[in-house]
Amino acid sequence: MTESLVRVRNLKIGATVYPPGGKPHDVEIVHGVDFDVRQGQVLGLIGESGAGKSTIGLATLAYGRGGVKIIDGEVWVNGRNILSTDLSDIRKLRGGEVTYVSQSAAASFNPAKQIMEQVIETSVQHGIYSKSQAESRAIDLFHQLSLPSPDTIGKRYPHQVSGGQLQRCMTALALCPEPNLVVFDEPTTALDVTTQIDVLAAIKRAINEIGVAALYITHDLAVVAQVADDIMVLKMGEMIEHGTTDQIINSPKEEYTRALVSVRSIDHPEKHPKGSPVLTCSNITARYRGTTFDVLHNVSLEIYPSQTLAVVGESGSGKSTLARTITGLLPPRDGKIMFDQRELSPDLPSRTLEDLREIQMIYQMADVAMNPRQTVGTIIGRPIEFYFQLRGKEKRQRVIELLDEIEMGKEFIGRYPAELSGGQKQRVCIARALAAKPKLIICDEVTSALDPLVADGILKLLLNLQSLENVAYLFITHDLATVKAIADSIVVMFEGKVQRYGRKSKVLSPPFDDYTDLLLSSVPEMRLGWLENVLATRKMESAGN
Amino acid sequence: MLTRIPAATILGFVFSTLFFLLAIFAPLVAPYGYDEVVSTGFWEPATSDFLLGTDNIGRDLLSRMIYGLQTTIWIATLATILSFTTGSILGFLAAVMGGWIDQALSRFIDLMMSIPSLIFALVILSIMPITITILIVVMGLLDATRVYRLARAVAVDINVMDYVEAAKLRGERWRWIIFREILPNSLSPLVAEMGLRFIFAVLFISTLSFLGLGIQPPQADLGGLVKENAEGLTYGIGAALYPAATIAVLAISVNLVADWILSRTSSLKGGRG
Repeated sequence: MTESLVRVRNLKIGATVYPPGGKPHDVEIVHGVDFDVRQGQVLGLIGESGAGKSTIGLATLAYGRGGVKIIDGEVWVNGRNILSTDLSDIRKLRGGEVTYVSQSAAASFNPAKQIMEQVIETSVQHGIYSKSQAESRAIDLFHQLSLPSPDTIGKRYPHQVSGGQLQRCMTALALCPEPNLVVFDEPTTALDVTTQIDVLAAIKRAINEIGVAALYITHDLAVVAQVADDIMVLKMGEMIEHGTTDQIINSPKEEYTRALVSVRSIDHPEKHPKGSPVLTCSNITARYRGTTFDVLHNVSLEIYPSQTLAVVGESGSGKSTLARTITGLLPPRDGKIMFDQRELSPDLPSRTLEDLREIQMIYQMADVAMNPRQTVGTIIGRPIEFYFQLRGKEKRQRVIELLDEIEMGKEFIGRYPAELSGGQKQRVCIARALAAKPKLIICDEVTSALDPLVADGILKLLLNLQSLENVAYLFITHDLATVKAIADSIVVMFEGKVQRYGRKSKVLSPPFDDYTDLLLSSVPEMRLGWLENVLATRKMESAGN
Repeated sequence: MLTRIPAATILGFVFSTLFFLLAIFAPLVAPYGYDEVVSTGFWEPATSDFLLGTDNIGRDLLSRMIYGLQTTIWIATLATILSFTTGSILGFLAAVMGGWIDQALSRFIDLMMSIPSLIFALVILSIMPITITILIVVMGLLDATRVYRLARAVAVDINVMDYVEAAKLRGERWRWIIFREILPNSLSPLVAEMGLRFIFAVLFISTLSFLGLGIQPPQADLGGLVKENAEGLTYGIGAALYPAATIAVLAISVNLVADWILSRTSSLKGGRG
């Protein structure tokens, strides 16, 4: 075995926490992690939020973000322990020997400078290349990363390229100074699936061709399975399992890894439509005030009682706008919305209280969907008091019932949102929607901000509640795996138009239209070689045409 | 968090409390009455009877300052309360209602703010009878323009949060949205601003009195005391410096406390950065 490039031994990282209402104190967030990375090897770090994966990634740059301190351990890079070396050496290391690709390229690039200037900055700064050498190397990298017009793209400003392209520019930035190790911190998480696959392919090719070692940090096991040689599973700062990608995916040893691998395998048989639709949208066309283009074109759909209609599409496809139109926040320019055999007035102020009660909404970010200054009891209790005029004991009783339904206890009544975990927050939002006894709940990306296992729990809960309360869902998501798990019918949206619409079984089986095909084939699958297969198939298809 | 109050804040807090206690218990603390001529001379130096000496017509300066502090703090407090209630309610309304209500209110406030408030106040006070009520109303309303701006800025931030949207979708009226959703979340920047606005009110009433359009003699207030005794400076008598220094110490100490509250408030600072 060759000498490893990076050797991490007994790494312990701590931070100071400021609990609401409590005294600040120090906690350990990474408890003694060991790993090695060889030259040219890609190690995937995987875990849920709070697992310490980003913190470990940054420790290889001898850096602790925002009050995070490396307490103990050794991090050897290129034969020296960087935790005990001096600052000038660390300066050489950062951006030279080890580079970093962050999740949000848009937030990491300086919008006032051209891309090229930023891509070559560290190489020139470290004296690795002269300006002209660095520029020609950057252009080579742009070619390798399949960026469009690679010779001139460096002259553009960050806002002039798309999100996926900018993420690849950042990869070029990280690869430019010929580092020994690149830390990729969730580089594709913020991207649409169809963009993600391009970026993933580009990163993988670049890593292979250059032979650089990499740490690939992500919460998505299916993604990391495509690029990593080895995978390390982390949970709450502790190593759970470490093995080759093949072993982790195909024969995981630990319970927790098995749960991660089998995530999103909820089986949901499609229900047949019964009775008359609870919601019918016919030919909805909508645009935002002050703009001159329509965001929705002629959208028509139906939702049946106690069924789920999933609205799928990438960012900008108009799915959230559709929700705003149905709730009355954005009156449509044209078209009709029928709810429960009656026509809904287009704008919010002229709807009756009954209309408002029967359509409820659950938001993507549970954090900002709840007033931080209200207790769980007030948040869930308000709709009960507002719609049903229940007060005092009766109200409290109903709140406890609802807490029970979302599998939380009555001890949560007095808590504030800041004292809840991400999954619990979303559950409280669900309870708030249920409290109104609605016929339809609009779920706007309710699971996309959550960790996979937590998201699974929420989906199961939603399915349970559907059979219990006979409520219909309009389920907006960009995640096709979620759709398979929960939908009865599906609308695929693209640029504000309905691209494909029908029963789940029909929409998800061929023949596909081009867009649906692209969308479906871009969803990462939990198996080795998936990325190569897809790319090969696409190449064949485009050669065939 | 209470364990980590900076020393400057503690100092500010001690002085502010002291001033407020003096103001509240003025009749008990002051050795003489505010308009009681206790000596035949004037601008006498400090003695054991008159700790700070006497003023321009032979009244005890310390007693006048204690009563002056009471008047100043009393007027400034009421004016601040008035400016905060009107300013923040109008600001929240403008943010929540939007549209033409917001436009009309905001442009009217802009118009008010385009006139320097001291000159505006002087004009109004020169045609109106000068009573304490009118002083408070004029000061309160002029200051309300600034509070309006802050309150509106903070409320516009909060108004686009999902929880406010959720309340609107529920069908809540503006009363619930303003008082239950927006107000609790905008309280900390507003409270911090309140301290600063209180100081401006102190300075404002002192300025007015100094110019002769504020508190009328024989009643005492800090600005008026400076005015009465200012002439003494020409003869090398420092009586005017005591009330002047009191204004400064009051302003600084309340400011130190307000600053600390502001630095503690989380993210919402209403454009204060």
